[in-house]
Amino acid sequence: MLRLEVRPQPSRGWGYASPLLALAITVVIGVVLFAVLGKDPVRGLQVFFWEPIKSTYALSELMVKATPLLIIALGLAVCFRSNVWNIGAEGQYILGAIFAAGVALTADQSTGPWIVPAVLAAGVVGGMVWAGIVALLRDRFNANEILVSLMLVYVAIQVLNFLVYGPWKDPQGYNFPQTKTFEAVTQIPRLMDGSRVNIGLLLAFAGVAAVWVFLFRTYAGYAQLVGGLAPAAARYAGFSSRRALWTALLVSGGAAGLAGGLEVAGPIGQLTPYVPAGYGFAAIIVAFVGRLHPVGIVFSAILMSMFYIGGELAQSRMGLPKSITGVFQGLLLFALLACDTLIAYRLVWKK
Amino acid sequence: MESIALLFAASLNAGTVLAIASLGLLINEKAGIVNLGAEGMMLCAALAGFATVVHTGSTALGFAAGMAAGALLAAIFGGLVIWLNTNQYATGLALSLFGGGFSAFAGSRYVQEKLPEQSQFAIPFLSDIPLVGSALFRHHPMVYACVALVFGLIWFLYRTRSGLVLRSVGESPESAHALGYPVRRIRLMAVMAGGALCGLAGAYVSTVYTPLWVEGMIAGKGWIALALTTFATWRPARVLLGAYLFGGVTMLQFHLQGIGVNVPSQFLTMMPYLATIVVLVLISRNPTWIRINMPTSIGKPFYPGA
Repeated sequence: MLRLEVRPQPSRGWGYASPLLALAITVVIGVVLFAVLGKDPVRGLQVFFWEPIKSTYALSELMVKATPLLIIALGLAVCFRSNVWNIGAEGQYILGAIFAAGVALTADQSTGPWIVPAVLAAGVVGGMVWAGIVALLRDRFNANEILVSLMLVYVAIQVLNFLVYGPWKDPQGYNFPQTKTFEAVTQIPRLMDGSRVNIGLLLAFAGVAAVWVFLFRTYAGYAQLVGGLAPAAARYAGFSSRRALWTALLVSGGAAGLAGGLEVAGPIGQLTPYVPAGYGFAAIIVAFVGRLHPVGIVFSAILMSMFYIGGELAQSRMGLPKSITGVFQGLLLFALLACDTLIAYRLVWKK
Repeated sequence: MESIALLFAASLNAGTVLAIASLGLLINEKAGIVNLGAEGMMLCAALAGFATVVHTGSTALGFAAGMAAGALLAAIFGGLVIWLNTNQYATGLALSLFGGGFSAFAGSRYVQEKLPEQSQFAIPFLSDIPLVGSALFRHHPMVYACVALVFGLIWFLYRTRSGLVLRSVGESPESAHALGYPVRRIRLMAVMAGGALCGLAGAYVSTVYTPLWVEGMIAGKGWIALALTTFATWRPARVLLGAYLFGGVTMLQFHLQGIGVNVPSQFLTMMPYLATIVVLVLISRNPTWIRINMPTSIGKPFYPGA
């Protein structure tokens, strides 16, 4: 019988190989799925893995979608490494979008370019406020952060709906539930003409560096890691678990809020009920597949962005529902978790 | 007065959905496994149940399909968590994300479908009593079955040997293992039972409660059911009461709209989610209270011989 045997030491090799194996498994299941649905599997693979990278324009669109995923997942990496289970990044993203929109809507013809940093700062604050509620309730009342953060996603969606159906609705918008289009001056500056990539991508890469330095080169980051790996050791060392909790949630909330701000003031340009696109949930998968490591997350964010674009193309070119993206995202996380077993255990054949 | 009776009836109906799912989750939590995949299982089961009723016209088969779908997904979750020792939270989350995606994908062709008209239920004589009749005796049989389920579960958990073994696996899997009980198989069965009940609740939503299929239609009920087990400090009877209470909060919004309370509907829609947060805060405020009642080994992996 096949059995698992504990390795004397966790395998470094499998740490790197496991996400690749998980991707391979997901692709195999995907091929089978396409075949079962009577679609050409080769075409399916093309749509997901070749079309998104085949031209400069496609690549830039890939980056547009990867940016929010990358930013949110970086925050979540800090959070999960501290053993704080914030799964409500979607809600923090929405609040970031709402706060950013609140600032962007104040702009008029005379507003200067200073509005852009203000919009983004508001996004960060919005995300932090929403995550701060989770931290407060966890800290003061010991309320489970998984459930509270998740419930706040549903609350955030209703707050957004209230605003776009109510006080913030564009009076000239033919009664559509959306705000007026933001003034051009609030538009997040783009990196080049002819593509929607904006400075959010640069912020994301700065975030990669910042998270790397924080986690692996600062004392505070070290305290954060120890608190996540061995709470008892952290207590003994005098690291405050409350501080770690607040740091984890404010960092991940702020990151998600920033992503929300970048999205409404960037590609979307107004507040609509379609702001929540599931990036907050997909970023959880991005964070895990990227091994909770800032550099790994860059790759997994791009991969997840491919899934998004592939899903849209599968809808327009192959007549498959766009939600196929969600199927592959879930499968990838399942496969990853299963493959991760090989890091701590090895398979042995025993009678 | 009649409207109060109807509100009461609607609350029982809404609470039944939460209670069935939450009782299922209670079973696997008693065995030491937290399954955050409830939302995903309920969504897939809602679709399975709905599709089955569309094709066969039988609600009973729809319930069976929902239970099977829930149990199957729970078995996958259980296999990963129990045999491969994956993190329970992450794996449950994966199940919720997968279930949401898969049900949206597979269900896209059922969005326009309609179910055959269903007969009204009424218990003879009793349902004709004014007020009480419409509040208590005109429900789908599932509402009464749910109450029976609570009593059955109390009997099973606290009055049978198997129930004792199940609880011991959740309290101290090492001891249960040392006594020769197959801890992992028991945990898998508990997880599958939990999945089947979540599936039943999901199928009830899509075939009876709101007979239609739309993507994401469970709308957080799985997560609320998870919160309910904590709220009830893992006691079946309190799960039922808590579920009715939540059903009441959910239904109050329609009642308030009905009597013309001038609050934007979005704030009323928020109420069940806010109520969940409030009760979690109230119940978690006292850590000893939780610690005394919580299965000791909940969420912890167990690998025999490791």
